[in-house]
Amino acid sequence: MKWFAGAQSVLDPAGPQAGRIHGLFEVFLWVAIIVWVLTVGAMLIAFWKKHGGERHDDTTKRVVTACGVITVAVLLALLVASAVTGSAFATVPSNNVMNIEIRGHQWWWEVHYPDYIPHERVTTANEIHIPVGRPVRFKLTSDDVIHSFWAPNLSGKLDLFPNRVNEAWFEADRPGMWRGQCAEFCGLQHANMAFWVIAEPPDKFNEWIENQRKPGVMPSTPDQAHGQEVFLNGPCVVCHTIRGTNALASVGPDLTHLASRHTIAAGTLALDRGNLAGWVTDAQRIKPGNRMPPVNVPSKDLEPLLAYLESLK
Amino acid sequence: MKHVAAGLCVSAALLLLTGCKREQRQLRAEPAERATFAAAPESPIVPGGKVPVKVEVRNPYEGDAYAIAEGEKLFSSYNCGTCHAAHGGGGMGPPLTSKNLTYGSEPENIFDTIQKGRPKGMPAWGGRLPEYQIWQLVAYVRSLSGQEPMSATPGRSDDIEYKTKAQLK
Repeated sequence: MKWFAGAQSVLDPAGPQAGRIHGLFEVFLWVAIIVWVLTVGAMLIAFWKKHGGERHDDTTKRVVTACGVITVAVLLALLVASAVTGSAFATVPSNNVMNIEIRGHQWWWEVHYPDYIPHERVTTANEIHIPVGRPVRFKLTSDDVIHSFWAPNLSGKLDLFPNRVNEAWFEADRPGMWRGQCAEFCGLQHANMAFWVIAEPPDKFNEWIENQRKPGVMPSTPDQAHGQEVFLNGPCVVCHTIRGTNALASVGPDLTHLASRHTIAAGTLALDRGNLAGWVTDAQRIKPGNRMPPVNVPSKDLEPLLAYLESLK
Repeated sequence: MKHVAAGLCVSAALLLLTGCKREQRQLRAEPAERATFAAAPESPIVPGGKVPVKVEVRNPYEGDAYAIAEGEKLFSSYNCGTCHAAHGGGGMGPPLTSKNLTYGSEPENIFDTIQKGRPKGMPAWGGRLPEYQIWQLVAYVRSLSGQEPMSATPGRSDDIEYKTKAQLK
């Protein structure tokens, strides 16, 4: 079904789970089509045949009984197919699994790559990089209300609850970029709570995570240095982290490698200078109700601040 | 006839409902709303013995349920609870559940305390927090000592309450 290919489509599976779910969907679809055609066909035949009054002979009884038995058998078969599909990926494979922790917030996704070595831990937001061909176990929890984690090309949905950890896992079998979205109504900006899953070949993934482990890039031009000063002496520092600086708060997304991401505001805007400027100065215009306050930065400070943010590769 | 009467009653009831006031959520603080703040006196005593003129500073969010709830979120986001305890009960810092706070309990005094900080530990948040957030915090802090109207104060927390199995037993 390549006509339905897309970055956010259950009909374009990119991993074994989504593939199994898609297979199940096709079984249901074709069974339903056949049953529908037969039923409508039988109805039309009955419609066009001459009306012969009511008949109560053995043939009618046999036909009705046979249809009843077939219906029950088909439904049972579909039930078995559904249960088999569900159990096929109920358990997380035990070897070579990568762990990722996801924390849902109103309205963005906090993403952690845990590690035994503290300084190797990685925190990012709204963008999940995974290596191709390696199962990934997700530990899902929420900071405020119930959210739901759903990347249709890769797996089914799973809810995120406050004070509770749910586990899901999936695997990507080809490189690509897929969009996921919150699938449980969670407030004003539920519709703008998206994320991207980026599946890369293992060596490219390692390159990415090595970079993410580093502290934020130090400013290399006077403009960027001024921007960093604005960041560290302004309201930004109360909510955001840039590792390697004094900004260590965890209310908003970690910005250590902001410029390495593709989007800002949980998939709402592409990351470019104009969008960043709009977001910093008046985020409430873009996503009313979100936690980012409008920041009054004079224009002489705004340009350097943006230059600094854009340097955080 | 009965149906017509019932219909009329329902319409009348619905019409009455339109009279109910629905609180507006101010999601985007207008520049004008960011109160222009005049320093308020912290002491009632003035030289010369005259009766001090009361500075009229009003919290734009007084009695605003949404702002109080936002203030509560900010209170935990900005770690105020580290010193004042989770619901302002007091710890390393003084309790906020009292009507007689050390540096005054009027909205303008609390604003000043948050904005400028106080000796012996209260950090100055001015310049770090937008003014409307400080006003939301003021509304929340005053709600802790019952100085905000009951109608605007939530009876329960916004969060999902979590109980362990032992607590449920």
